[in-house]
Amino acid sequence: MRGATHAKWAACAAAVALAATACGGGDSDSGGSGSGDGSATLSASWGDPQNPLEPANTNEVQGGKVLDMIFRSLKKYNPETGKAEDMLAEKIDTSDSQNFTVTVKDGWTFSNGEKVTAKSFVDAWNYGASLKNNQKNAYFFGYIDGYDKVHPEDGSKQTAQTLSGLKVTGDLTFTIKLNQKFSTFPDTLGYPAYAPLPQVFFTNHDGWLKKPVGNGPYTIDSYTKGSQMSLKKWDGYHGPDKAQNGGVTLKVYTDNNTAYTDLMAGNLDLVDDVPAAQLKNVQADLGDRYLNTPAGIIQTLAFPFYDKNWNKPGMEKVRTGLSRAINRDQITKTIFNDTRTPASDWTSPVLGEAGGFKEGLCGDACEYDAAAAKKLIEEGGGLPGGQVKITYNADTGSHKQWVDAVCNSINNALGNDKACVGNPVGTFADYRNQITAKKMSGPFRAGWQMDYPLIQNFLQPLYYTNASSNDGKWSNKDFDKLVDEANAETDTGKAVSKFQDAEKVLRDNMGAIPLWYQNGSAGYSERLSNVKLNPFSVPVYNEIKVS
Amino acid sequence: MGRYVVRRLLQMIPVFIGATLLIFLMVNVMGDPIAGLCGDRQCDAATAAQLKKEFGLDKPVWQQYLTYMGNVFTGDFGTAFNGQKVTELMSTAFPVTIRLTIVAILFEIVIGITLGVVTGLRRGKPVDTSVLMLTLVVISIPTFVTGLLLQLLLGVEWGWIKPSVSSEATFSELIVPGLVLASVSLAYVTRLTRTSIAENRRSDYVRTAVAKGLPRRRVITRHLLRNSLIPVVTFIGTDIGALMGGAIVTERIFNIHGVGYQLYQGILRQNTQTVVGFVTVLVLVFLIANLLVDLLYAVLDPRIRYA
Repeated sequence: MRGATHAKWAACAAAVALAATACGGGDSDSGGSGSGDGSATLSASWGDPQNPLEPANTNEVQGGKVLDMIFRSLKKYNPETGKAEDMLAEKIDTSDSQNFTVTVKDGWTFSNGEKVTAKSFVDAWNYGASLKNNQKNAYFFGYIDGYDKVHPEDGSKQTAQTLSGLKVTGDLTFTIKLNQKFSTFPDTLGYPAYAPLPQVFFTNHDGWLKKPVGNGPYTIDSYTKGSQMSLKKWDGYHGPDKAQNGGVTLKVYTDNNTAYTDLMAGNLDLVDDVPAAQLKNVQADLGDRYLNTPAGIIQTLAFPFYDKNWNKPGMEKVRTGLSRAINRDQITKTIFNDTRTPASDWTSPVLGEAGGFKEGLCGDACEYDAAAAKKLIEEGGGLPGGQVKITYNADTGSHKQWVDAVCNSINNALGNDKACVGNPVGTFADYRNQITAKKMSGPFRAGWQMDYPLIQNFLQPLYYTNASSNDGKWSNKDFDKLVDEANAETDTGKAVSKFQDAEKVLRDNMGAIPLWYQNGSAGYSERLSNVKLNPFSVPVYNEIKVS
Repeated sequence: MGRYVVRRLLQMIPVFIGATLLIFLMVNVMGDPIAGLCGDRQCDAATAAQLKKEFGLDKPVWQQYLTYMGNVFTGDFGTAFNGQKVTELMSTAFPVTIRLTIVAILFEIVIGITLGVVTGLRRGKPVDTSVLMLTLVVISIPTFVTGLLLQLLLGVEWGWIKPSVSSEATFSELIVPGLVLASVSLAYVTRLTRTSIAENRRSDYVRTAVAKGLPRRRVITRHLLRNSLIPVVTFIGTDIGALMGGAIVTERIFNIHGVGYQLYQGILRQNTQTVVGFVTVLVLVFLIANLLVDLLYAVLDPRIRYA
């Protein structure tokens, strides 16, 4: 029975192999040790940041997570209410909404011991604005006087190295001069791009990028690019929001399904993006260890206003008709399992009533009504070319599913099988290319994740004439005028109501169809408590308690 | 022999240039990669122009290709969009994937050939039929199903392994992913060996060896197996290249940060430098593996000579 012995040997080899992995798998457990004394560490899912980890160069959420842990700016957004609260700012004074005097709190240092001064801010902002540094968030400094000199839009030669609107007036004070009135400007200063930077950032840039140094509640212990970053609680942290745990290990996952499986197996403590495929069983798997809270993200359908067919008089009726043909309730329920909420304005619930969110501002125009939709589209002259193509990028998210559902809804409402079809584009980069090249021939997916929780951020960058994210090139004089007036308004309440007036102009022209507000989701292990997501759908790491 | 190797090496040059040029063009056809860097927002024109200049994207494609190839020969594979050198990415990704490939190849050789010999020698017996059935099942199930299933069973339900591989990716962690990666090829190796063994078992030289009174073990290992391995070696040789480049699915499931992961991310972000760099190295691996296979023929079968 020689053959049988061979088979036995193979089986044994396989068994030994499995046993060996079991041994290898057990020793290095996910988190660290320690118990309720706040020294235990947790592990959390992460994605590889797309850009180098500089504050003014990070424009996506993965890099943002790290910046949120290692930096504190003049302001910080309250993780629950989203309100901008003073962090490093002692006070920010202005009398005319255009000239600001900033006083920095005393006693703050970077984790390498360097003192945080007015110069730390001014140098950092000058670096961020300067064209030669290729910072992708440079436009954030566009409101500051002298920006056109350090960052000429037309690509001509940069004529100044520093922003003329920034002046250090003392160890802890500096002044900001804006090139226009912008009453809520101080509230934008919580965005990571405005973080202060230590001198070592400028003197040893490569070294800093390998292991960034900041002034936040955590310091970076070790960083293996593309796979893992381990952050440690910084005991010398000066702020009131000290870390409640010993540290966080961020692990890069290529696929959020694997991260979820790791959470199930007890190898990971926190997953901040529950995969769509798992939404059905997440309640059963995690129970109350699953978070589903509103985030400052809205999904819309934009239109190519550079295309005559979509911009002629009467088309606003067609656009409104399309909006009314979309059954938002049904789609958010069946496709997104209530992780998204049907939109009824162009902002986000995280702003709160006082911040400018107004439920139902869209009114009838966002209510599903097949008969009204059909009538409106007919009155407006019908669909251009008899068919709409919704363009989207098919590489991320579940865009295909909802675009197909939206098309189904439109087709059913209009009683025409060919009224709407999806038009997938392979990659996000290609999709952005086609948008910038103005190649859209019909509505296309537009998503907006807020930079800071202000109604201004949901309207101006997206719908103001030639604004940076105005992908559809919608342009309306009344809208622009109202936004300008709102920005000049010193009283926040009045400013907000002006912005809402502008939003009504947007509604009456249906410059973009609001679809739904997106929630942030997260799941966590039994070791963790006090897990929250902030309005940017990032976990509030420093408040997490590990047992 | 020496001249043969030199000729083969020279033949590699046009293949290498052609392959890299194709990849370069394909990635370029996808369009301007800068647009994807600024999120749902138009990059401001000045920064975009500056970035294009930095990555050399403002030049015509042929010039980009020539500069790129020139740099490659000096060992400079360019910089990825996140500011990391591509050589740095390679130095972290390739060791991981090579380990994974070694594990997979070992599985193919050890289990595949063993099963092949066993079944080849006992054709038509219950062992043979059941192994054949088993290989059929393995071949017909896609890798991602096997991967996810094993991950769920061994990792979550039974807790034998960790469902994901840590960033160190040690050999012991790579055993299950390696088995998954090897599964389909393993089944092919089994079948190839089985057929080859069964065929050669009736050949004259085996009958002679048996008639000489050689012990059965020696007949099988020295005479039968050695001659039957040629198709199997060809298969395994070409499989090395396929395993290294084609591990994208397995690497995603088990969160292994190897070549597949870097390629996937490079393609999504339209990062020409990363994609072309990694593919270039993969092309080289493929070519060299093929050459080695051809040379191995002569070792296995003395009748084959290269002049």
